[in-house]
Amino acid sequence: MTDYSYISLVLIIPIAVFVITGLFGKKFSAFSGILGTVGMLVTACLAYYTAYQYFIVGGRTDGAYPTIIAFKQTWLQFSPSLSIDFGIMLDPISVMMLVVVTTVSLMVHFYSIGYMHGEERYATYYSFLSLFSFSMLGLVVSTNIFQMYMFWELVGVSSFLLIGHYFEKPSAVSAAKKAFIVTRFADLGFLAGILVLSFYSESLDFQTIIHRMTDHNGVIFLNANAASFMGLSALTWALCLIFIGGAGKSAMFPLHIWLPDAMEGPTPVSALIHAATMVVAGVFLVARLFPVYAQIPITLDVVAYVGIFSAFFAAIIACTQTDIKRVLAFSTMSQIGYMMFSLGVAGGFWREKGLGYTASMFHLFTHAMFKALLFLGAGAVIHYVHSNEMGDMGGLRKKMPITNIVFFIACLAISGVPPLSGFFSKEEILTAAFNHNKIIYAVGILTACLTAFYMFRLYFMIFWNKSSISHHEGEVHHGEAPFTMKLPLILLAIATVVVGFIPFGKYISADGFALESEFHVNLLMIIAVLSGLLGITIATVFYMKPSEMPAKISSSLGSIYSSIHQKFFIDEICFFVTKKIIFNLVSAPSAWFDKNVVDEMMNFISVVTENTSDGIKSFQSGKIADYVLWFFASVIVLSVLIVFYLS
Amino acid sequence: MNQISLTHILFVSFALFFIGAYGFLTRRNMITMLMAVELMLNAVNINFVAFNKFLFPEKGDGVFFTIFIITIAAAEAAVAIAIIINIYRKFRSIDSEDADTLKW
Repeated sequence: MTDYSYISLVLIIPIAVFVITGLFGKKFSAFSGILGTVGMLVTACLAYYTAYQYFIVGGRTDGAYPTIIAFKQTWLQFSPSLSIDFGIMLDPISVMMLVVVTTVSLMVHFYSIGYMHGEERYATYYSFLSLFSFSMLGLVVSTNIFQMYMFWELVGVSSFLLIGHYFEKPSAVSAAKKAFIVTRFADLGFLAGILVLSFYSESLDFQTIIHRMTDHNGVIFLNANAASFMGLSALTWALCLIFIGGAGKSAMFPLHIWLPDAMEGPTPVSALIHAATMVVAGVFLVARLFPVYAQIPITLDVVAYVGIFSAFFAAIIACTQTDIKRVLAFSTMSQIGYMMFSLGVAGGFWREKGLGYTASMFHLFTHAMFKALLFLGAGAVIHYVHSNEMGDMGGLRKKMPITNIVFFIACLAISGVPPLSGFFSKEEILTAAFNHNKIIYAVGILTACLTAFYMFRLYFMIFWNKSSISHHEGEVHHGEAPFTMKLPLILLAIATVVVGFIPFGKYISADGFALESEFHVNLLMIIAVLSGLLGITIATVFYMKPSEMPAKISSSLGSIYSSIHQKFFIDEICFFVTKKIIFNLVSAPSAWFDKNVVDEMMNFISVVTENTSDGIKSFQSGKIADYVLWFFASVIVLSVLIVFYLS
Repeated sequence: MNQISLTHILFVSFALFFIGAYGFLTRRNMITMLMAVELMLNAVNINFVAFNKFLFPEKGDGVFFTIFIITIAAAEAAVAIAIIINIYRKFRSIDSEDADTLKW
């Protein structure tokens, strides 16, 4: 048994940094960035050491990786069996998430020293970054579904704070509000799901829930499965509701509308929160409860179809966007859709059936690396060009050689070109999909092709296409990027290249046993790679040199193109639903009720009081003789009463 | 020795008390009102002494209370005159009709 007593430091350091920079950051503004980075570096080292201890030193017991409760504190005890605990749980996916979160967070902290240099709210920015890191780390190690819910809301809050970093911009404010409200709305489903699930399983503890809900002969499982509402069992409802929460956080259709707008935040924040860590919380949630999901195949089908639809839908929209960060946002949504449907196609949690689970976690891991790299690269470009629009860029490959190379690597990775990391994970996902459902596989291949196309469209439009940037001529410009921005790019690029070679199945699988996925070239792999290469080729033809073709094609598509460009009017539909329908049918009547019934009742009471006191106030005339008269008269009346009637 | 009966003494105190009450209600000069209050207090004092003498001759409670009341009346007179002086400074009058701001 290995010692994990240091593990609580992983949570304590970020929260301590948050408090220190939050309270005293204004005085030592420049220092707060260094403090945050050093704190995160220590946390990352601890996370790596934990991973080393867990996977290498600790190893398997009885062939599977054990679930270790490193720390546990009962917090709110409702009944002997039901309590909200605070604890740290280590199992393969939480250890993997520790590594992902700390790595990306460290890179972003370091990168922000250069990127946010000279910002007015520099210290506040770092304190919020630390708050986010704390919340996200707390989320992944939660032992208790309610603890997870609390950290889940905390990441939502820190995301809200960081999107609204430039709060003097109205668009940033509305984006922050939108992100918070949409995910809050989804979290309502999550909370309801937690309540239903814990009501039937009589526990909030993950291990207990999973244990009870996978025991097919147990009374609790039978009860939960028998109770039905609208034709579906209580357990099915609970899992679907929890998935709504996950879908909200992970920007799955139709709750994705907040993610593109969330790009109003600083670019490193988008890299950390809206690409690599927070948005995969939904995937993580489903993975955490995967053994329970696997009991009810229909819920996995829901996950799979929502995932594949979101992946395809977002890929189509990404092809038409012109804002560099929005392209990346839709690409994130698409890749998370991949992870989701990969979980959905894992039909069970034993051995080869759980391939989708492994693939999903693998893709989560690799995606975190290359997507963070893409966002940080995009940040470097935006830092250089001072614009988000792709039209303002072009021909930057000479001016930004390092960014050019790392961006190219990341684009190759996301397109699934061997031997980069994205290839391995994506190929595994598609294999899992092929084994389970051919339709999902076909759409997945198509999405892979689209992914390659829009990523290289982005790449060529930034770094090739035009020969020079017109509006920068005559300006004395700073160099490509400061060292603090280049180093994370290079490190992440190295990670992007090498993480694909980690034998992931050996470490992370649905049942904890090693999944032997020996690598050999087969037809599926060739199809996947070819679809990626096809997308790249089309993008090369269209966008490498300035050409009229894209414009021609988009104009020939006419209204279809414009509706895609407007993101299928999902935002407009949501606004219609909220503003017209919900406002007129629910809000307006309740406002009327509040104004005319509740308020009027209070007004009535006050009017009655006022009139009564107006009537009787002449009693108090201020003339002492009057008072004395009343006093004597009452004394006489009282004495008469007492003498003649009461004695 | 022909003693004065309790009834007579009570009649005197009764008369004294209502003279005081009448004076308090009808007079407007605050000093006069204060004097009326003193009359009422003295009526009570007479009652105390008389009842003590006729009902419990062996005890002295009524006499003690009388002494207390006289002491308190002296203090009360001092306070009352202080209030009256302040009222006079504010209203330039010691007419109780003029000092009618003691209300809502």
